[in-house]
Amino acid sequence: MHFGPHLLLATLEGLVTSAVLALTALGLSLVFGVMRVVNVAHGEFFMLGAVLAWAITSAIGGHPALGFLAALVIAPLIVGAVAVVAERLVLRRLNYNPEATIVATIGMLYIIQQLALTFYGPEARPVEPPFSYRILLPWFGYSGYKLSIIAASAVLLIATWLVLTRTKIGLIMRATQYDSETAQAFGISVGRVYGGVFALGAMLAAIAAVLIVPISQAHYLMGQDPLLLSFIVVIIGGLGSLRGTVVAAVLIGLSDGIISMFFSPTLAKIIATLLVAMVLVFRPQGLFGTASR
Amino acid sequence: MTDKNGFFDLSKTTLTRRNALKGLAAGAGLAMAPGFVRYSQAQSSAPIKIGFQSHRTGIGAAYGRWYEKTTAAAIKAINAAGGINGRQVEVIIEDDGTDPGRGAEVVGKFATQHKTDIVFGTLFSHVVIGSAPAAGEAKMPYFVVSEGHHVASTKLNRYVFQPGITDVKSQIQSMAPWIAANAGKKVTQIFPDFAFGYDHRDYLPPALKAQGAEVIAQIAIPPTESSFTKYFPQIPAETEVIYHVMVGPAVLTFVKELGEFYGSNRPQLFGFIDSLEATDINSPGLEFLDGSHFWEGSPRYAQPDDSAAQKAYRAAVGIDDNGAAVGDPKDVSTAAHMFGCWETLYVVKKAMEDAGYKGPEDRAKLVEATEALKEFAEGPEHPQGPKTFNGKIHQCFGIQNISKVEGGKLKVVHKTKIEDGLYEAEGDYTTQAL
Repeated sequence: MHFGPHLLLATLEGLVTSAVLALTALGLSLVFGVMRVVNVAHGEFFMLGAVLAWAITSAIGGHPALGFLAALVIAPLIVGAVAVVAERLVLRRLNYNPEATIVATIGMLYIIQQLALTFYGPEARPVEPPFSYRILLPWFGYSGYKLSIIAASAVLLIATWLVLTRTKIGLIMRATQYDSETAQAFGISVGRVYGGVFALGAMLAAIAAVLIVPISQAHYLMGQDPLLLSFIVVIIGGLGSLRGTVVAAVLIGLSDGIISMFFSPTLAKIIATLLVAMVLVFRPQGLFGTASR
Repeated sequence: MTDKNGFFDLSKTTLTRRNALKGLAAGAGLAMAPGFVRYSQAQSSAPIKIGFQSHRTGIGAAYGRWYEKTTAAAIKAINAAGGINGRQVEVIIEDDGTDPGRGAEVVGKFATQHKTDIVFGTLFSHVVIGSAPAAGEAKMPYFVVSEGHHVASTKLNRYVFQPGITDVKSQIQSMAPWIAANAGKKVTQIFPDFAFGYDHRDYLPPALKAQGAEVIAQIAIPPTESSFTKYFPQIPAETEVIYHVMVGPAVLTFVKELGEFYGSNRPQLFGFIDSLEATDINSPGLEFLDGSHFWEGSPRYAQPDDSAAQKAYRAAVGIDDNGAAVGDPKDVSTAAHMFGCWETLYVVKKAMEDAGYKGPEDRAKLVEATEALKEFAEGPEHPQGPKTFNGKIHQCFGIQNISKVEGGKLKVVHKTKIEDGLYEAEGDYTTQAL
């Protein structure tokens, strides 16, 4: 294959990775930004979203688009509910203590993962895409659904940004992030904000998973890679910065797609990790983060 | 970050003398409980204990579950027929997480804690390679059902056997003539970037060369990869056959993306069913595989010429004519590999009877008795087909099935002969000390 089409394919693949990564990492970034909780179980919420998408689509039947749309609505809601319960039962009782919540979320990771293995099983199960249109380019074919993931992710990111910057809920969240004690003094129920943010973070991961599951499969171990990549993206982009998260996700996704196609996938991972190290050394707050007060 | 609640302050959790004594007493009581040493004086009537190193979690979990089902069915049949040397057989399962480090620990646990007679049942090649030294050190006979060439390469040790399933080198060698004659002469290989994949990487090119065909590109893919389109531009345009062997949960994606990349205008495909074990061949996106060919150890779908033994074996394990669990058509088995558990257990039975095996002190005798075995006739104990066994390299040789995807089923179109897969021994385990 010639250089041009080769680069085009690499870029498309990279953009799909970026789109999913941006949504997943944004969830992680929000939870840390507002609650100062490092949610190690974030990848498991992603997995849960995919597993539920499989369960919902196979329960509904009919045209694949019907089941998929239902999954896109219902799966994140269920995952959000699970997250609220986890937040109430575990994180709140630990007073959101940063060290304790890391250990607690590691525990949640294993509990969710093993429950999925017990009730869903070890198989990788497919979900049919809502439509299967194959775009025929002169050099190769490409899945139309994959392109729609990029569009869907962009829409969702813009919606999240609007909520955060233009609505009262967003204002309350930003106030809590900026200074939770003062926010409380002004009558904001910080506990409820925390519950909501934790659910929102988990839901973003679940939506990303529902989008990706028709081209990947639902599997009980699928949460590990997104977790790792989300941490990389969040560290590079700056914790709690929406813009940084998106820019870093595109950067990591594209470099992963292009480097792994022209050189090797291992090199792509090495470079991503090196980038994290460099950012931590020279700009610990991340590319777009603000220095901690 | 402060530790406000003292979660990490060890001084807060003090151990009182009274609590320590209570714990000690409970432990001693447990050790002296009657059940704990029940069989130590009555070895002759105690069950034979087989330690099953199972991939219950990790990427091998789907295989692990079916290996357990097959093993349970075989043990049930063996016990119903009087056990081994008049003793019942008991299986103790430990999960290795499909991880080599954990695998070695599990072998150690079987040797020192469960005191099993043998260890059995491992599939993934990296776990076998990681666990074999521990088995050799503990002088624990280790019967694997792995398909890799590592046992037959004689690079492991005298305690490791693979008597129930053929190895990759033999499989490739016996199928290469068919590939060259029926699929194409210019082959591109796609394989996982670890031990099992390297067997394919190393043995396919010479086997095809001997048939006048050639491997024109080799593409290694990390086993944890979840997206594959980025590798496909490396496939040369003149490729006539794509030879694919993949493992792990992402293989469905692999096939679907290959379908999107090529559409209907694709090269021939020859794959190892390992790519699609425990996966319904009629899953969405797999239409692309229609008309392609697969290696199968034992056929997933019931074939018109199935022997009575094959039918009885399928009924005992509980799989229907489509190779799925009876009563749950979505629960597809790992039929191409799991027969190896059944057959290996019957080899163990035969070897224990030949050796007059009484207990762990006879493990060396068991090794020698296994090495002395020459062939296994097709029948209820070996439903996949007849096999020969080379005691010097601890490996069996048998027939292979090449199946075509046709109308949403796998139909066997070619069976190789045992002789097709024989090769020169690369070493001799029997010269190693026991």
